[in-house]
Formats: sequence, structure tokens, C-alpha cells
Amino acid sequence: MTITLTHFLVLSGIIFSIGLFGVLAKRNVVSILMSIEMMFNAVNITLVAFSRYLPVPASNSAARGLNGQVFALFIIAVAAAEAAVALAIILAVYRGRRTVSVEDVNLMKW
Amino acid sequence: MPSYVWLIPLLPLAGLIVNFLLMVFGGMRQSRVSGYVAILAMGAAFVLSVLALFWAMGQPRSTDMPIPVVGSFNWYTAGGVAFPLGAIFDPLAVVMLVVVTFVSTLVQIYSQGYMDGDPGYARYYAFMCLFTMSMLGLVIAPNFLQMYIFWELVGVSSYLLIGFWWGRPSAAAAAKKAFITTRVGDLGFLIGILILFTQTHTFDFAKIADAVKTGSLGGTTLAIAMILVFAGAVGKSAQFPLHAWLPDAMEGPTPVSALIHAATMVAAGVYMVARTMPIFQGSPEAMLVVAWIGGFTALFAATQGLVMSDIKRVLAYSTISQLGYMMLGLGLGSLTAGTFHLVTHAFFKALLFLAAGAVIHGTGGEQNMFYMGGLFKKMPVTALTFLAGSLALAAIPPFAGFWSKDEIVGAAYQSGNVVLFLFAIITAGLTAFYIFRAWFMTFLGERRLNPELVAAAAHGGYSNGHDGHGLDAHGHLTDGHDTGHGHSGHAPGDAHESPLVMTGPLIVLAILAVVAGFIGSPLFHGAFQGFVAGSQEADVAIDVPLAALSTGIGLLGILIAWAFYGAHWLSAEAFTAKLRPIYLLFLNRYYVDDIYGWLVGTVLLGLSHGFAWFDRAIVDGIVNGVAWLSYAIFGRVLTWAETGRMPNYALGFFVGVIIIAGIVVGIPVGH
Repeated sequence: MTITLTHFLVLSGIIFSIGLFGVLAKRNVVSILMSIEMMFNAVNITLVAFSRYLPVPASNSAARGLNGQVFALFIIAVAAAEAAVALAIILAVYRGRRTVSVEDVNLMKW
Repeated sequence: MPSYVWLIPLLPLAGLIVNFLLMVFGGMRQSRVSGYVAILAMGAAFVLSVLALFWAMGQPRSTDMPIPVVGSFNWYTAGGVAFPLGAIFDPLAVVMLVVVTFVSTLVQIYSQGYMDGDPGYARYYAFMCLFTMSMLGLVIAPNFLQMYIFWELVGVSSYLLIGFWWGRPSAAAAAKKAFITTRVGDLGFLIGILILFTQTHTFDFAKIADAVKTGSLGGTTLAIAMILVFAGAVGKSAQFPLHAWLPDAMEGPTPVSALIHAATMVAAGVYMVARTMPIFQGSPEAMLVVAWIGGFTALFAATQGLVMSDIKRVLAYSTISQLGYMMLGLGLGSLTAGTFHLVTHAFFKALLFLAAGAVIHGTGGEQNMFYMGGLFKKMPVTALTFLAGSLALAAIPPFAGFWSKDEIVGAAYQSGNVVLFLFAIITAGLTAFYIFRAWFMTFLGERRLNPELVAAAAHGGYSNGHDGHGLDAHGHLTDGHDTGHGHSGHAPGDAHESPLVMTGPLIVLAILAVVAGFIGSPLFHGAFQGFVAGSQEADVAIDVPLAALSTGIGLLGILIAWAFYGAHWLSAEAFTAKLRPIYLLFLNRYYVDDIYGWLVGTVLLGLSHGFAWFDRAIVDGIVNGVAWLSYAIFGRVLTWAETGRMPNYALGFFVGVIIIAGIVVGIPVGH
């Protein structure tokens, strides 16, 4: 059995959905953050897979197969920064409220 | 064009700047130096104006010659339209320059005596310089825009000077009244200028006059524009219905009144009409409006002058009346008659005001003629100069007013308009009556003291007959009159002649009030009229029966005044008691002030309250109601979506993304 683009997309979809479920269902903010990282990586897999499998227009042959991978690298870098910011916010919230549960952070309630 | 003419308006400006520097950096608020600076600047401007007059008289003249504009330069360009500034030194402007600088110089010399010891001495001279500078700038303006700028400057300087003693509420109110009333007319002036501008794309007098001449501008548009422009003159020259500010403007120092009435403020309106005469002549309707307003104002104001008890108010109404004469002359198409009367009036009205100021000064601030009398013996110079001014005002030959007023009456006669002619003739009689009523009451008979002052002197510790400065109550009791600035320390009845700095200008002006009319008389072949109209000699002829009629009516007026107030053959009290309704009508100034008060205080304020209610209840109500409705209908329902639980929000977010993704995928790719 050869591995095709579809396999990668299905894998990516499964990971993305697991991450989405985690974001929606988890109460611990740190878990939610980890779930978000999973969704990032699902997208990265998609980008790299497309980069490997899809034909590239002739006019752009020099950059063949690299566009998607560069994108993935950017996402990893941005995700790292985002994780740092998010953790800092979580720490600040924890110091103020002694909790990291989204159930208890509900100032936006009407 | 000699280059020194530029200095004429700049010299008073320099006087203003120097005086301000002295005040701000030198701390010289009461220094006599301020007066010397102002008099020097004004005197130099007068000398240069005379030189300019001689220069202009040496120029070749013809009626077809366009108005010579010199030194026009581009101020700025906006929207492809250039806005030039410049100066005109045609005969009309030069004559006006001489009159303005001359009267202003004399008034400033006189003020040295009158304003002596006033805490605002330097400020007074600085404002006087500003006032004169504004008027000179207005006189040489070659276009509407420049004229409007200086027009407003004249307005603001009059505001500053009428409210010079701003500590008195009545002075502050009078200043505001003058400024706001003239602003009403100025609004019309501005709209008129803008109409002319939209029609011709220029502000230039000569170019607009050309457009009128070639017929590219005329008809109803021109009539409306010029009537609106005339509204500005109505406000500035205190014509009916915007005349109410001028009698109240008496709150300023008396020399300021002299300047306002003779040369600067009210002359501006007449001068503007004279300057734009070629444009006015394109619209017979506008000319008719000018003539009617002028004729009516002449009579209307003269009747009120009959009954006033304040000597300055008598003069104020006489100014309004005489300005009406000028407007009448201009409206009947006689540029020379209106201008001639403007010049002679400037001399004798300045004289009358300065003489009245000398009376007020000499009696310790008394302005009510009922508390004067017998002053001839105490102040003979003032009395005689006042008499010269009165004879000129009453148009008794050969005094100055006769020649100029005769021309206006002649113009009214030749126009064939019977009503306007009657207005002019009746006003002549009334004028003679009220001015001689004032003269007889002030200078003849026995001194009648103000009973309040006498009582105050008896109770106020004024027992020491030698202490001429011991009457503290004096300043209080005459509050609202022309006191409170240092010369209120005389005992009642202790009238005295004024110092030479005050009588000197009176004598000079009195001589002019006698001889100034000759320049426009047949004796000199109408030299003045010829000069102003641009031809070598004008055809000036005295219509002898007409002149005899107007003089006879004037003499009759004097005789009646003598009968009432000189010889007391008739009792004024009994006479006014018989005609009480008319007397009250005149005394209450035709209730014009009350009507304005009612219009503004009741009608306008009521309307404003109504509009304010509409704004609050309806306009704001709609806005507030919409907000309330949206809350009531949508807000309460949507509130339930705000659970405060972040997972719920995230779920909503993803559901939205999925829906959008579904839509995007579902849409077939376009061709």
C-alpha cells in the first residue's frame, strides 16, 4: 500500500478534531493550550503534505516543494511565541484568581 | 502717485503699536506721552493727507476716468480666484482722508483735557489710534473684501471705545448693543458682497461697476445684492431700523462720541454707499430704498431729538437725522450732495460734541439739560462755538450746513418725489428747533441745579465752601452720566470754562463750521462738487426760492425754540401735556427699543425655548427611543448568549468557521 495525500489529510483531520475537542471540552487552561498546539501541528502536516504531493506551476519551478514547508516552519515559530504569551497570561490569571479553570474565569458573563 | 500716501493709514497703526509697547513694557498707563504719540501720529497723517489732497487736485480729471487703484498686490489665491489688496486715492477717498485725520487730530488734542487723570489714559489713545487706522483703511479700500475687513475693524474699535468705562454696566451694555446691532446689518453686507462675487467673480469696485455698466449684472439680482449691501450701511450709519445703538453709544467718553459721529464710525456707511455709487446706480430699486430709508430716518430721528433731555442724546438723534439726509441725497443719485453734507457735518457735529463734552466737563458730569442753564456767562467760548455749530446744523446761511443741506433739499425737490421733499423740509425745521432748544436750555436763563445733587451736597458733608473736591457722593449720584473719571470733584453750580487744549479745537472747528460750506458754494463755482465728481467745475446753483423756504423753516424752528425755552412766552410743560400721547411716543423713542426687547426677549426666546424642547423631547427622544427599543427587543434575548463560559464562545467560533467553510466549498468555482 502506498501512502497517498489522502492518508496525510485524514491523519491531519483526526489530530485537528482531537485538538478541537480538547479546546472545547477541557476545563484546565493549560490543557486547552496543549490542544491548540495539536491543532497547529495538524495544519502543519497538511501544509507539508500538500507541498510534497501537489504539482507546482512551471513558472515557479525553482521553489518546487518548499513553499508549504516554509509555511510550516513559520507556524512552529509563531506557535512558540504564542505559547509563551499564553502561558504568561495563564500565570497572571492564576496569581490573581488562584485557579486555571475556565469555568471560574467568567467575568464576561452578562 | 506719491509714495508717502502709504504712510497715512500706517501712521495711526504705528501710534497704536508704540502706545501698546509703552503700556506693556513701559508700564505707562497714564503717561501723557501716550497722548503725544497719538497726536503726533495723527497730525503727521493729517499733513500727508493734505499733501495727497493737493496732489489729487493737480491731477487731470474727467468723469470717464476709471478709479485709479495704486499698489494693488495679490494677497492670496484660492480656487483660482485672486484676492488683491490695494489702495485708492481718488478725489472722494482723499477728501475723506483729510476729514478723518483732521477731526481725529483735533479730537485727540481735545481728549488731553477731557481724559486728564483717567486711569485708562494710554489705553484710550491706543484705541483711538486703532479706530482711526481702521477708518483710514476703509476709506482707501479698492474692493469689497478689503472694505469689509476694515469695516469690521471699525466695528470692534467702536465696541472697545463705547465700552471704555467697562466697569459701568450701562457702558458694557451699550458697547454690546452697538456691536451686535451693527452686526445684524453686517450680515446683510456680507451676503450682498458674496452675491456680487458669485455674479462677477471679483470684489473690485471698478470691475463690478463695469459689469453693471455693460449690463452683464443687473435686474433683480443686483437690486437684492445692493439692498443687502445697503443693510450694512444701515447698521453702521444708524439708519432706521438699526438706529437704536447710536443714542446708547453715548456711554463712551464724549470725544469718542465726537469721533464716532463725525468722522469714523457712522461716516463709514455713507462713505460705502458713495464709494459704490456706480454699482447702486445700476439698480433704481436699490436707490429708491436708500432714498426712502434716508428720508424717513431723517424725520424719524429728528422727532425724537425734540424731546430728549440728555444733551448728548439730542446730538445723537441729530446725527441719525443728518445721516438720513446724506442717504437721501445719495439715494436720489446726487453723489456730491451726500458727500458734501458728510464733510460739512463732520466738522460741525464734531464741534457740537466736543462743545457738549466741554459743558459736561465744566459742570462736573451733568448731562441733563434741565439741570443746566445760564452757562453762557461761565463758559463763553464753549457757548459761542456751540452756537456756531448749531447754526451750521440748522442750515442758516452762510454756515456750512446750509450749502450742503440745500443741495440735498434741492435734489429732493428735483426728484419730484413730494413725500421725500416734505420729509427733508419738515426735518429742517425740526432740526433747527431741537438744536436751539438745547442751546437755549444749556446756555441761557438761570442755572437750574439737579435737586438730588443739592440735597446730597447738603447731607453729604459738603459744608466747606472752599473744598471743591470734598463731594464724594457726586460720582455716585451722577453714575450713568459722563463721570467717574477724575473730573467729578466740583461743587454743583460751580461751572467753569475748559482748558485751552479743549477750547482750541472748538475754535478751529467753529471757524470751519462757518467757512467749510463755501468750498461747495456758488462762490467757488462748486469746487468741491467738481473735484469729487471728477469734472473741472460743477454746475452749482442756489435755487433761491427753495433756499429761502428751507432757511425760513429753519428760522421758524429757532423762533419756536426761543418762544419755549429762551423767552418762555409759551410753556413747554403745558404744550407737552396737551400732546401727551405724541410726546410720550417721541420720548419713548417710538418704542423701538421696547419692540426689539419684546422681539428678542419674548418672541425669540420663546421660539428658542420651543426649539430647545423639540431638540430635547423629539430629536433626542428618537435617538434614545431607538436605543431603548433595540435593547428591549433584541438585547434581552441576546443577553442569554453571553454565558461567560469560554468553551461556549469557542464552540460558537468553530461552528461559524465550519459554516463559512461549507459555504465556500459549496459555491461552484466561477468561470
